[in-house]
Amino acid sequence: MSVLVYTENWDGKFKKLSYELVSYASGIADMLNSQVTVLSIGDVDKNELEKLGNYGASKILSLRNEHLKIFDSQAYAAVIADIAGQVNSNIVVLSNNNAGKALAPRLSVKLKAGVGAGVSKLPSSTDPFTVYKRVYSGNAYANIVIKSDIKILTLAQNSYEITESVNKADIEEISYDLDPGLVKTDIKDIQKQTGKLLLTDAEIVISGGRGMKSADNWAPIIELADLLGGATACSRPVSDEGWRPHEEHTGQTGKIIAPDLYLAVGISGATQHIAGVSSSKCIVAINTDKDAPIFETARYGIVGDAMKVLPGLIEAVKSAKTG
Amino acid sequence: MKILVCISNVPDTTTRVKFTGDNKLDTAGIQWVINPWDELCLTRALELKDGNPGLIESVTVAHVGPATAEPTIRKALAIGADTAIRVNSEPHDAYFVASQLAEVVRQDNFDLIICGIESSDFNGSTVGSMLAEFLDYPSVSAVSGIDIENGNINITRDIDGGKELLTLPLPFIAVAQKGIAKEPRIAAMRGIMMARSKPINIIEPTGEEPLTEVVSYEMPPEREACIFIDADNPAELVDILQNKEKVI
Repeated sequence: MSVLVYTENWDGKFKKLSYELVSYASGIADMLNSQVTVLSIGDVDKNELEKLGNYGASKILSLRNEHLKIFDSQAYAAVIADIAGQVNSNIVVLSNNNAGKALAPRLSVKLKAGVGAGVSKLPSSTDPFTVYKRVYSGNAYANIVIKSDIKILTLAQNSYEITESVNKADIEEISYDLDPGLVKTDIKDIQKQTGKLLLTDAEIVISGGRGMKSADNWAPIIELADLLGGATACSRPVSDEGWRPHEEHTGQTGKIIAPDLYLAVGISGATQHIAGVSSSKCIVAINTDKDAPIFETARYGIVGDAMKVLPGLIEAVKSAKTG
Repeated sequence: MKILVCISNVPDTTTRVKFTGDNKLDTAGIQWVINPWDELCLTRALELKDGNPGLIESVTVAHVGPATAEPTIRKALAIGADTAIRVNSEPHDAYFVASQLAEVVRQDNFDLIICGIESSDFNGSTVGSMLAEFLDYPSVSAVSGIDIENGNINITRDIDGGKELLTLPLPFIAVAQKGIAKEPRIAAMRGIMMARSKPINIIEPTGEEPLTEVVSYEMPPEREACIFIDADNPAELVDILQNKEKVI
């Protein structure tokens, strides 16, 4: 028996979320007295693969296949399910990101395995196998028993602490005889911005709401995000108005994020917005209305006009950084 | 071409959910709605039908749930779906629901199946792609656009830092998220009147048994009260974030 982790790579590199996955899988393996095998698909060099060993993986399988350069969930799931069978996995761990959301359900059906989707903690028990997950968009949590022999878990990003280990992993290059006919996705065009910090990866997020009053007032939000090495986000009315791009919309129907610091500026804090940010470690709000619901969720608050508060805050950050 | 949109019936997203002593959702006072992502999918399906009248024959909605969900199904019909199918069972878990929907598709051969990325109750993001695997259909997830050009369906898929434009052979399943439609379509009075006479085809469950079970619910941990900092003293906030919370 083993715990299998699938992690994608981004232009040959892993991300913090890859290490979170391996750390999490390693936590489960400890509970089950089992071992962690990681499957990487794509061109990743040996140095990069070795890094996964630092978080508790004992074996790393590196699979390269020309036909898997296109992400086609049907083909990927066929490969991962086969590998899971070969290494005799009873638990498969993936990220709860776009790729994981496309693959975990297919693996569930292929392996007749129940899914614990978007978990953030280790199972409270392995017999019965009980996971804890956010439900009703963060308004409640559920303890869910997975009854099948094989279990699939998708881990929420930025929710599990990375744990380093002294393990050294064996790296094995594996080949896979994939039927090219299985890849049915035909990519016609890709539009991609490289080098930009993704909102879902950011540890610091500065977010603006309708209280910013106009698209022209975003400069201090961008400046503060740049200064802190963070990303910018916005509430739904802001993206609906076209003040900011849709990719920045955080909330129930937009991006769900869990940064270390979420600074909400001019955001009243509707339930749907909170649903997207409530897992953030520290929430700070700036709002003119002291009764705004955002202050029920925030740990720290400033009552005031954003356009007046932000310049002072930027100066304070600058002097703290140099001091 | 026939389009199927799969819909969930969920509490209005502003609901502060509560649970009864025996760990069931306390349904008192809850307004039930079409899951917001599914509502956007339905809207897009209807836009595609309106824009391609000869090409798209019908838009059907399918739901797995008991008779109490019928007002939500009627709402989908009022918005403009032509027909509806209800699988008469509690939606036990995603695996169960997807297997039921697979039976629905096997009986009626839809060409394009659109599912919302997640439901706002269990936030699983699993049913759409499970359905694809049960049917052995191709699928694409993280879809933020479905367009028809010269009779071909073009899909926009969100990727990290950008978008891909792609195609898939029919039949396939699109699992769609934000961007798929701008605003959910609102039912007009005429639609509400017409919905009353549209058929809801009820079928009995035949698919797989569930693989998971909710054993208990918990409320989110209580949040500590907000600590207010004087607007004239942002340095205090920076000090706290740097030295106490250690987040910057």
